[in-house]
Amino acid sequence: MTLPTRIAVFGATSAIAFEAVKLFAKKGASLYLCARDEGELKRLSDDLVVRGAKKVEYSAFDALDENSILNAIESCLSKLPDLDGLLIAHGTLPAQKLCETNIEEMKKTIDINFTSAAIILTHISSHFEKQGHGVIAVISSPAGDRGRQSNYVYGSAKGALTVFLSGLRQRMQKSGVRVLTIKPGFVDTPMTADFKKGILFVGPEVIARGIYKAMEKENDEVFLPWFWRWIMLVIRMIPQSVYKKLTL
Amino acid sequence: MSNNYYFESWGRFPRRIHLGEIVPQSINTVADSINSVNALVLPRGMGRSYGDSCLNDGGYLLFTRLLNKFVNFNPDMGILRCESGVTLDEILKVFVPQGWFLPVTPGTKFVTIGGAIANDVHGKNHHKAGTFGSHVICFELERSDGTRMICSKDRNADWYEATIGGLGLTGVILWADIRLKPINGPYIEMESIKFENLDEFFQISQESEAHCEYTVSWLDCLHNDGVRGIFMRGNHINKLEKEEMKAVHKNPTWKAFPFDAPSFLLSTVTIKLFNILFYNKQIIRKQRRIVHYDPFFYPLDNVNNWNRMYGKRGFLQWQCVVPVKNNKDAIRTILKEISKSKLGSFLVVLKEFGSIPAHGMLSFPMPGITLALDFPNVGEKLFSLLNKLDDIVCSAGGRIYPAKDARMSGKTFRSSFPKFEEFIKYVDPKLSSSFYRRVGGRNDIAN
Ligand SMILES: Cc1cc2nc3c(=O)[nH]c(=O)nc-3n(C[C@H](O)[C@H](O)[C@H](O)COP(=O)(O)OP(=O)(O)OC[C@H]3O[C@@H](n4cnc5c(N)ncnc54)[C@H](O)[C@@H]3O)c2cc1C
Repeated sequence: MTLPTRIAVFGATSAIAFEAVKLFAKKGASLYLCARDEGELKRLSDDLVVRGAKKVEYSAFDALDENSILNAIESCLSKLPDLDGLLIAHGTLPAQKLCETNIEEMKKTIDINFTSAAIILTHISSHFEKQGHGVIAVISSPAGDRGRQSNYVYGSAKGALTVFLSGLRQRMQKSGVRVLTIKPGFVDTPMTADFKKGILFVGPEVIARGIYKAMEKENDEVFLPWFWRWIMLVIRMIPQSVYKKLTL
Repeated sequence: MSNNYYFESWGRFPRRIHLGEIVPQSINTVADSINSVNALVLPRGMGRSYGDSCLNDGGYLLFTRLLNKFVNFNPDMGILRCESGVTLDEILKVFVPQGWFLPVTPGTKFVTIGGAIANDVHGKNHHKAGTFGSHVICFELERSDGTRMICSKDRNADWYEATIGGLGLTGVILWADIRLKPINGPYIEMESIKFENLDEFFQISQESEAHCEYTVSWLDCLHNDGVRGIFMRGNHINKLEKEEMKAVHKNPTWKAFPFDAPSFLLSTVTIKLFNILFYNKQIIRKQRRIVHYDPFFYPLDNVNNWNRMYGKRGFLQWQCVVPVKNNKDAIRTILKEISKSKLGSFLVVLKEFGSIPAHGMLSFPMPGITLALDFPNVGEKLFSLLNKLDDIVCSAGGRIYPAKDARMSGKTFRSSFPKFEEFIKYVDPKLSSSFYRRVGGRNDIAN
């Protein structure tokens, strides 16, 4: 299988997405970037052109506004009608405590991390399905594999995303469209700026290389770095009676 | 206070407590970041300066690691515009395959454009190309009050001169236009020649100046009767096979120095042994080879964190330049003092600087000869040796390199950088560094 060469990226300004897109730019891919901040998109797009991208277009979008998502997709497909790749990397990691008392904040977390991604996926996967090929890569999270008291609102949105992708993968199988779920562990990015960094933290470029390789290799689901597969296996195996007493 | 805020420089001496770090997300939020804290701030790149010029005890460090975007490249002129946190490493990876190289590079590629400008760094081609600043066409500087200025030889020329070599004190460099150099491929034709004494060194150096783009020498300074060493010179290769054109360097991912070495590893005996082995590795007097640019320019970069080899107490670099007229005698006296002290150094580097003037008010290079050494930090004995060496340099009309200094006296600094008083006028009131305060710089606002 070959790598996609005309790729739409949502959440392009995130540290992980930017590192991943650099790798595609180097190969001369055409890119369509979407993120919240127009000025940042311009900054990124200039960078990617210098790195060798064939063409870079962008538009700002707001993940909480369905119309704005649809506009971005429409403009993307009109600029790159033969789109063959999609990377969804936007997300938000709120303070769990805030979500416990503030319903708006909780809903926002689910909408940004899950609903908006589901809308994008629904549109673009249909396009790929008709076309008969395409690669979809979506950043979910190991946090979606089992709820923890310290971030279960975020975790459940990511969990829903993982389930959505698993269903979509089955559906797309017949039309030759690949669906890749990416579960990065702790990454040293602006999102985790306030965390104390332990040995499990890796830089965004490590995750980006993993995404690039997985998109090339026909994977369905990857943990990045690899050891998270085993950490999560253990965490999932802990019996409920024990698990509920842990402070994870 | 959290341990996280003990920052150190590359030499791991001194270690300083800071209030914290700030990391602006883009060039548009730099002034806001500076003003989000109520204390003195210092821009910081990759922290490859050895001493305290990239530290700011009691204040904040402003990391430029997210100011890491390319802006554009003009292939007709070879001019790259990029943000100040872009590293030389990144530029080489993107541009060597396209046939371009850095106009000037220090001995490590893990430095940022901002750091290279703020120290006006020099490389093995100083005699041909001058300092890094000579290839910076313009840059944008932002002050803490939010003023932005484009600076070049013609626009805001005084700020241009204050900021090149300005030790991060005049404002934050947001982006810069750098003139890259066309090359035919990533390989260097190099020649190494053994020499037995300083006169021989000067003779080879003279003879190499005209036809070699890069020259540098390594010295064995603990050799009993005088100085011996290996002179290395090279040029970019002329023509090459197509595929090899693109061979950029790899990341040193697995070779990392894993622990703080115990101090016995660094005794005079081991250093002496290392020097003997290094010198004798090359058996014939003169050797020619074709080498990739990576080991030629960056021999140390292949081991991550090699600075940990010196253990917890760290090490001190000392680099001086002595003007042409007086160099031979002064360099001889310096080398004699070092040899007498028995405080040795693994890598002693000697090179002749050319006469292309540097632009910065505080740029270090001047025509003459430069000598760089590193010393394990053994305390008082070392400090008094270095003071003695400073005096020899000063009386010969030379100076010490701030990027590599952690201890020169304010007097030494001010007398050898005569434009310092003028420079002070350009210092941003919110910016400061441990180095700046140590050598007598003043900040008006309280921290
Ligand atoms: C192995 C090794 C070999 C070396 N060889 C050489 C050599 O051959 N020649 C040479 O000249 N030097 C050499 N050096 C020193 C090194 O090149 C300089 O210290 C360089 O400035 C480090 O860049 P940095 O990005 O790490 O900056 P830092 O060390 O983090 O900072 C250096 C200075 O730049 C300022 N600064 C950083 N970013 C900005 C910005 N955006 N705006 C304003 N100011 C800024 C900082 O405040 C500080 O004053 C060597 C260092 C090492 C470790």
